[in-house]
Amino acid sequence: MIRLEGLSAVLGGQPVLDQVSLDLAPGSITGLVGESGSGKSMTALAIMGLLPPGTRATGRVMLDRRNLLDLPEPEMCRIRGRRIGMIFQEPMTALNPLMPIGDQVAEALRLHGGLDRTAALALARERLDRVGLPAPRFPLTLYPHELSGGQRQRVAIAMAIALRPGLLIADEPTTALDVTTQARILDLLKTLAREDGMALLLITHDLAVVAGMADRVAVMQGGRIVESGPAEAVFRQRRHPYTRQLIAASGYRPARNPRPVPPPLLEVREAVRDYRLPQGGLRALDRVSLTVGRGESVGLVGESGCGKSTLARVILGLDPLQAGQIRLDGQDVTAGRRMPRSLRARMQVVFQDPFGSFDPRWRVERLLAEPFHLTGRPPDWRDRVGAALEEVGLQPTDARRFIHEFSGGQRQRLAIARALIIRPALIVLDEAVSALDVRVRAQVLDLLARLQADHGLSYLFISHDLSVVRGMADRVLVMQAGRIVEEGPPEQVIGAPRHPQTQALVAAMPVIPAEWV
Amino acid sequence: MLRYLSRRMIVLGLSLLAASALIFSVTELVPGDPASFMLGTGAQPETLAALRQQMGLDRPLPLRYAAWAGAILQGDFGTSFTYRTPVGAMIAQRLQVSLPLALMALALAVAVALPVGLYGAARRGRAGGGLAMGATQLGIALPNFWFAMLLVLVFAVRLRWLPAGGFPGWSDPGAALKSLILPVVALALPQAAILARVLRSALVETQAQDYIRTARAKGLTSGQTLRRHALRNALIPVLTILGMQFSFLLAGAIIIENVFSLPGLGRMIFQAITQRDLIVVQSAVLVLVAAVNAVTFLVDLAYGAVDPRLRRA
Amino acid sequence: MRMALTLGGALAGLALAAAVLSAVWTPYDAGQMAIADKLRPPSAAHWFGTDHFGRDILSMAMLGAQTSMAVALVAVVIGMGLGVPLGLLAAARRGTWVDEIVMRGNDLVFAFPSLVIAILITAVRGPSALNAMIAIGIFNIPVFARVTRGAALPVWVLDYIRAARVSGKGAGLISLQHVLPNIAGLLIVQATIQFSLGILAEAGLSYVGLGAQPPTPSWGRMLAEAQTMVTLAPHVAVIPGLCILLTVLGLNLLGDGLRDALDPRLRVPR
Repeated sequence: MIRLEGLSAVLGGQPVLDQVSLDLAPGSITGLVGESGSGKSMTALAIMGLLPPGTRATGRVMLDRRNLLDLPEPEMCRIRGRRIGMIFQEPMTALNPLMPIGDQVAEALRLHGGLDRTAALALARERLDRVGLPAPRFPLTLYPHELSGGQRQRVAIAMAIALRPGLLIADEPTTALDVTTQARILDLLKTLAREDGMALLLITHDLAVVAGMADRVAVMQGGRIVESGPAEAVFRQRRHPYTRQLIAASGYRPARNPRPVPPPLLEVREAVRDYRLPQGGLRALDRVSLTVGRGESVGLVGESGCGKSTLARVILGLDPLQAGQIRLDGQDVTAGRRMPRSLRARMQVVFQDPFGSFDPRWRVERLLAEPFHLTGRPPDWRDRVGAALEEVGLQPTDARRFIHEFSGGQRQRLAIARALIIRPALIVLDEAVSALDVRVRAQVLDLLARLQADHGLSYLFISHDLSVVRGMADRVLVMQAGRIVEEGPPEQVIGAPRHPQTQALVAAMPVIPAEWV
Repeated sequence: MLRYLSRRMIVLGLSLLAASALIFSVTELVPGDPASFMLGTGAQPETLAALRQQMGLDRPLPLRYAAWAGAILQGDFGTSFTYRTPVGAMIAQRLQVSLPLALMALALAVAVALPVGLYGAARRGRAGGGLAMGATQLGIALPNFWFAMLLVLVFAVRLRWLPAGGFPGWSDPGAALKSLILPVVALALPQAAILARVLRSALVETQAQDYIRTARAKGLTSGQTLRRHALRNALIPVLTILGMQFSFLLAGAIIIENVFSLPGLGRMIFQAITQRDLIVVQSAVLVLVAAVNAVTFLVDLAYGAVDPRLRRA
Repeated sequence: MRMALTLGGALAGLALAAAVLSAVWTPYDAGQMAIADKLRPPSAAHWFGTDHFGRDILSMAMLGAQTSMAVALVAVVIGMGLGVPLGLLAAARRGTWVDEIVMRGNDLVFAFPSLVIAILITAVRGPSALNAMIAIGIFNIPVFARVTRGAALPVWVLDYIRAARVSGKGAGLISLQHVLPNIAGLLIVQATIQFSLGILAEAGLSYVGLGAQPPTPSWGRMLAEAQTMVTLAPHVAVIPGLCILLTVLGLNLLGDGLRDALDPRLRVPR
């Protein structure tokens, strides 16, 4: 049993944790939910004694009647890994790339358990079996780069539970993974907690994940726990306004009234794109056909590597096709210089990463005016930039600022303003809301819906997450291994999926139980 | 691994081919051909023409290159114009000084840089680490030939522990080694300073990686993570620098050979240039460049050994 | 960190000031010999003493600073002028034969130790300060090309580059407008590093007689001439060496300080 009592922390004069209290009981799963910057990860690092240098923590983290905050570093090293294990968000970088996975799992066993290498490796084998990486297919000699993201996260779990700690902290363990992989990893974590009687602290931004997993839920905002209790009670009662906002935003669907107009704006016919890789060829697009109508919003869903980003690139005329045809407004889309600028000006794009989407050295007005390269910069371009800023809910005076002065949500608004400035017919939204916190995401979805209604825009809305697409798309396409395997209205695709891939995606989609909402 | 190896071998071969062509064409630009240089200013035009023909200097450039390169492939580096001795034998004799000098300097540089770099990374932000890194700043700024002069002043002139220059030959290995100590130190320490800084910054960068956090969460102390996880990963950039440094080391060796009057390859190139003994210059420069390429090749192999991700590429 | 920047700036600034001042004024005529006053230790009249011809070492060192800095500066300009465009080109055409040719060409030049390049050039054109500039400059080209390409590659995968491509911009325009400004800080840092390496290289070349020729004073040749004098009058050898050491040290500290100031990623204490 680990108990946090009035845990507070200050970093650089700023309070990052404020009177956090939590009970983490054996065999139970506690979900810690909040938006980015709410202090979830800080709480985890405080328990582990791994707070960033310069952070001062007060209060108590009690384990066996000892306050972990008071323990000297060598003592704490004996607690970490042995009594408390932890896994992190990014499985691709969480493992040492130069060390075989067996040795990485065995390391903790040798260190704390005093086992020799052979014995430790034997036990590591057992742990890897336990997390679903069985012996013949996954020898101990594999290196991390030979595994997929989900498999690496399993290795990380095997490392964390190697010594059967009483508490496992999982900090956004599935955020970087595909939905179906997420479901399997969450299943594994649940089984481990239940069968081994281990306390699990599951940190996530996703309310739906918590709803399906946790016995108890704590909601965090601004370094404080604003509400906590049994999961069902928290979801049903929603005593704190912040909890209400989070739940309302999590399945948000903007009000839309689409009226697609024929003929179709975008037609993709039998598109084929191959990549040459050292291991051989890869067919990223395998005779893909789709249409997007004028004023229509089409959702494109698939797991990583299914070809949806490649499709976006060829539609935008950034990569050439090997076969097939893409037509926009009846004109051929080709990659490179042959594509007329007037045709390029009919399309724009909004990317996922609000931080990488803008050149940090340019001012907002220059950033937003960049698409004018296609049309020629009109004399009143500054007014146009100002109008575009107002249209996405920002101030015309923001034009003189630099991008680092804006939050993630504001940057995504700027990206939309940039896409809008030359009045394109089609906007490709490539995971455009995936990196945003739920409340900001709801606002951006509203903005997108309003702009579509105002300007008769067509959207190609690309996402790995069916639940996001549901609120925005008139039609949903499901992609797998370079092919479109299912197509239909969102209710039909989610309510009655026909293709196995769609069924798997729907089944894996974390949902808040209907009766709790 | 085999594919990796064979690809590196092909790259090595092509590099040497290109380098030899470059060296050959550049030396062709040198004013005054060897024949007229050998005969002096008062030579009869007929004698000159005869000698040129005898030396093959009247043939077109590509043919002469092909002949030169083909001969080298068979181990024949040609004959020195001035000394009338086989260039291969001359180079072999000079390498007996240059090769030990370069290798010992490299070894010493690594031996010094490793602990200093580790110490600097482990004691980052503390007095000890700052002191170590300050010392490396001085080391990098130190001109090696001046350092060599100071070493001579102290250890040869004042203390009389070691010879100030010259090389007695390997017939007396003790004396030979003794005469190489100061040159090796002068060559190695500035290089060690660079290497130590690279190692430290690579270690510091590696320590910010996610897998270091994972290792800490397993209960490793910061020292254990440094040794068990960070060091091996930090070796990759260090290897790159090590390979590049060999080129600096050879350049430095040419100067150091001058300070200590060592009969090495560098000094031979100098003498050959002043005597317009172009075939010696060509061959000796080719040997130097080949040495750099060979080290690059070895570094590539070491990458493969350190990094499992490369073995399959 | 502030301290490194200040100390580095002060040392490098002092050397630069001496170099500039020497163009219009030196305490004595650096070429004027006064055998009667030879090998005098530092004094009020001759702050750095005199050499074996009785020449004023301070005056020679000031002019030497000028030679060193001019050679190193031109070499950096040559290296950047050719290396940066090549690196940008290779990064813009990454993974294609253009990239391959540029990088293999780089490797080829890089396999020639700087001194060997200098020797070859000297063999063709005879020794001079100009040839030292060219030799060090050629050596700098692959350095800048590599650094530019290495820094530009991660920029090319960022979304704002894709947005610029969607806006119809070609590789050349993107390299100039987006890539170059974003890697400029790194290039400035590399330029200070190559500048200080250039000063070391120039000293080495003049020391072995491949650099500036008499009567142009240079630190390297002052050391070469001092070598036989070193036991009689150590200051003759110590002072030019210290000039090189302190100038290079100052430039390196300045480069490190600049890097920390320019790279926000490294500024955050972890």
